[in-house]
Amino acid sequence: MIELINIKKNFGKTEVLKNVSLMLDAGQCIGLIGPNACGKTTMIKAILSMVIPSEGKILFNGNNIIGDVAYKNHIGYMPQIGRYPENMSIRQVVNMIKNIRKYNSPIDEELWHAFGLDPVSDKKMSTLSGGTTQKVSATLAFLFNPDILILDEPTAGLDPLAAEVLRDKIIKEREKGKLILITSHLLNELDDLLTHVIFMQDGEIILHETIEDLYAGTGETKISKAINNLLKSIRK
Amino acid sequence: MKKITGFVITDILKNKIILFYTLILAVFSWSVFSLEDNTAKGVLSLLNVILLTVPLVSIIFSNIYMYNSSEFIELLVSQPIQRKTIWSSLFTGLVIAMNMAYLLGVGIPVLIFVPDMTGLIIILTGMMISTIFISIAVLCSILTRDKARGIGFAIITWLFLTLIYDGLVLFLMFQFSDYPIEKPMVIVSALNPIDLARIMVLLQVDVSALMGYTGAIFKQIFGTSLGLIVSFGLMMLWIIIPFLISLKKFKNKDL
Amino acid sequence: MKKYLYIVCFLVFCINKSTAKTIHVGPGKTYKSIRSALSYADNFDTIIVHHSQYKEGNIVINKRIALLGEGWPVLDGQHKYEVISIKADNVVFSGFQVQNSGFATLHDPGGIKVYDGIGVIIENNILENNFFGIYIQYGKNCIVRNNRIKAYGVEEQQIGNGIHCWKSDSLQIIGNNVQGHRDGIYFEFVTHSVIWRNISKNNIRYGLHFMFSNDDAYINNFFDQNGAGVAVMYTKNVVMYSNTFKNSKGDAAYGILLKDISDAEIIGNRFLDNTIALYLEGANRMLIKKNVFSGNGWGLKIQANCMDNVITENNFYANTFDVATNGSLVLNTFDRNYWDKYEGYDMDKNSFGDVPYHPLSLFSTIIENNPTAMLLYRSFMVSLMERTEKLIPSLTPDIFRDNQPVMKPYKL
Repeated sequence: MIELINIKKNFGKTEVLKNVSLMLDAGQCIGLIGPNACGKTTMIKAILSMVIPSEGKILFNGNNIIGDVAYKNHIGYMPQIGRYPENMSIRQVVNMIKNIRKYNSPIDEELWHAFGLDPVSDKKMSTLSGGTTQKVSATLAFLFNPDILILDEPTAGLDPLAAEVLRDKIIKEREKGKLILITSHLLNELDDLLTHVIFMQDGEIILHETIEDLYAGTGETKISKAINNLLKSIRK
Repeated sequence: MKKITGFVITDILKNKIILFYTLILAVFSWSVFSLEDNTAKGVLSLLNVILLTVPLVSIIFSNIYMYNSSEFIELLVSQPIQRKTIWSSLFTGLVIAMNMAYLLGVGIPVLIFVPDMTGLIIILTGMMISTIFISIAVLCSILTRDKARGIGFAIITWLFLTLIYDGLVLFLMFQFSDYPIEKPMVIVSALNPIDLARIMVLLQVDVSALMGYTGAIFKQIFGTSLGLIVSFGLMMLWIIIPFLISLKKFKNKDL
Repeated sequence: MKKYLYIVCFLVFCINKSTAKTIHVGPGKTYKSIRSALSYADNFDTIIVHHSQYKEGNIVINKRIALLGEGWPVLDGQHKYEVISIKADNVVFSGFQVQNSGFATLHDPGGIKVYDGIGVIIENNILENNFFGIYIQYGKNCIVRNNRIKAYGVEEQQIGNGIHCWKSDSLQIIGNNVQGHRDGIYFEFVTHSVIWRNISKNNIRYGLHFMFSNDDAYINNFFDQNGAGVAVMYTKNVVMYSNTFKNSKGDAAYGILLKDISDAEIIGNRFLDNTIALYLEGANRMLIKKNVFSGNGWGLKIQANCMDNVITENNFYANTFDVATNGSLVLNTFDRNYWDKYEGYDMDKNSFGDVPYHPLSLFSTIIENNPTAMLLYRSFMVSLMERTEKLIPSLTPDIFRDNQPVMKPYKL
């Protein structure tokens, strides 16, 4: 569905992405992991054309995304830190996005209710806690039943209960054959969720494997341990 | 585009600063016309507001608003909307909201007290000046990510156009006073939107003084309908060019 | 000598009174042409001309008669002739429409021209499209009254003056309306005369122009939209009371231009919306009092070669610059004027401001040196400079001031 070909990105002199090529397909649930500042978020933003690559191209269903915005109708994006207009209420933000999207099919409000946003929906965005903001971000990402979900640190700041709700939702969507791309630091959260793992370091993709291959290769059954093993073997 | 512009306008109109601005303009305009016994004097006092306050408020408010909208912009960019649409909508929203404030504050009293060509020119140039400085503010906001630097940049631009530019013009006049410099100087002045606005209003009001030595050339260049069109054309360029540059920058901006 | 002349005149008048006759001219009358009636007439006769078109070329009046029109008979010079030439004393010419005089620059043909006439009265005529309107040379005790004089001149060289007086004495120019000529009223070497209640409008050059004309009075006249306003040059002892000078706009346009004038009084006049209301060059011992200067580019422009002038009890309102000068020498007195730009206060309530007013602004001084700087008029920078100068005068002469500015305008 999404193909990255030789993507490079510099911020000033720092190379954030070094020649990244990648192929992501429907039905996959991919964990994008790696240390801080390895280029995960930049790559995601490049897919959303929030960051313009210095070189290379990104194809969506075979079409270059440069100059195209329609493909974003198929993507639900949950940012790492959701930033919203401060003097709008939750409801206004959601309504505005609904308004902009021109989406005709029924809206998926499961998370809206599961997170209990309805009673607090008149609060201003500026007064919300980090967790509630994340709930809003998650709700917005799933709202339009998109084919692709890009979730940047989805559980950061969420309480365990809400994290569980979100996890269930992700599994549910995976079952529908959607492409799901998740970045996370908390590797043990990702168990049972992923079909693929991508490991990035210093702007490069070091590993891109199915979860089965990973387990087979390392002899582990937990992602966190498998990755740790892997890292050790690489450093040796 | 319409929807986002609508959001921007309602958002700005909720802002207390813009209400305060409207109120100050209104209080000033009404008092100027009620206190002065002749409207020409009122128009001249009002001219000071158009040349000082309106650009200053327009540029600073718009600049800050653009920085404060960075979240909004980020949210919109992740949605299926053209960047061009987002940027134009923000600009248009600012233009409509600021001009509404100006029309309510200055436009209504002017239409009541000076319902003629002079009044019309005052309203039009004021709107042009507002829009020009919004355009410059929008450009300043994209040139640097740092809010403090952006605002500083905006204030310096304002100061340059209101004060320093004229100082340089005066300096040039004295340097080259032995040469026939009227026409070049008129052209140099016309390149600054604030000077241009001032001259256009003065041509309507203070004709007798201006008709003196330089006045003849003045009238010759700006007084004709062609001059009026060229003047407004120049002002339009001041609106379009900074905006287009900012749009181009925004299209390639990483968020 | 004069006395005897009057007595003789009176006697002649008495003798002839019984024999004076009235002659009618017009279609269906005894005389079809004015010329034939004139040749038949004797001194002291009255010729009444009835309404018609008369194209008789140049009509010369060389007898002491009254030529009266009835129903505005039209005398047409067909752009070739001087229409009426008055070459006798005590002629009365009244009630005609005189039009289309010849156009020539050599001998100045006029609609009505008086040659060496004494006591000629020209009144209630309409003059249309003549080269000169009414022309008096070597006239004395003549009256020009209630005439409407209109021409359609475009260029200075191709049109004469409305009322042109040359080397004359004791004239009365009253209640005339002059438009579209070169100068509305022109005086050269004319003395002891009065110009009263005339309207001079839309003339190409000056509304009123006089040179070398001493001891004259200008009262209650109205000058509007004349190309260059009013010019008064090389003259002594004139008084100008209660005139209105309005809308003289343009480069080198003046409400009044005074050049080499001395001992004149300019009192109670109104100067409205002129580029330069009152311009003084080489003017000495003038009294400028109780005038209104309003809405002018410059109220007063006093060149440094003016001396001993007194400017007092005037109202200055809404002028771009109240006063300008080209030097730092101040030999004139400003006292007790009203200045709308005065920002002082009156603590002791004696109706005079407690601090002097400096009518000379820094910017007007800059403009004198560098007229192009007018471009910056009313810019923020200029206002800032003016403020600074008001607080710490450094470039404008400190002695140029009104020590007793009044707080409230005079009722003028």
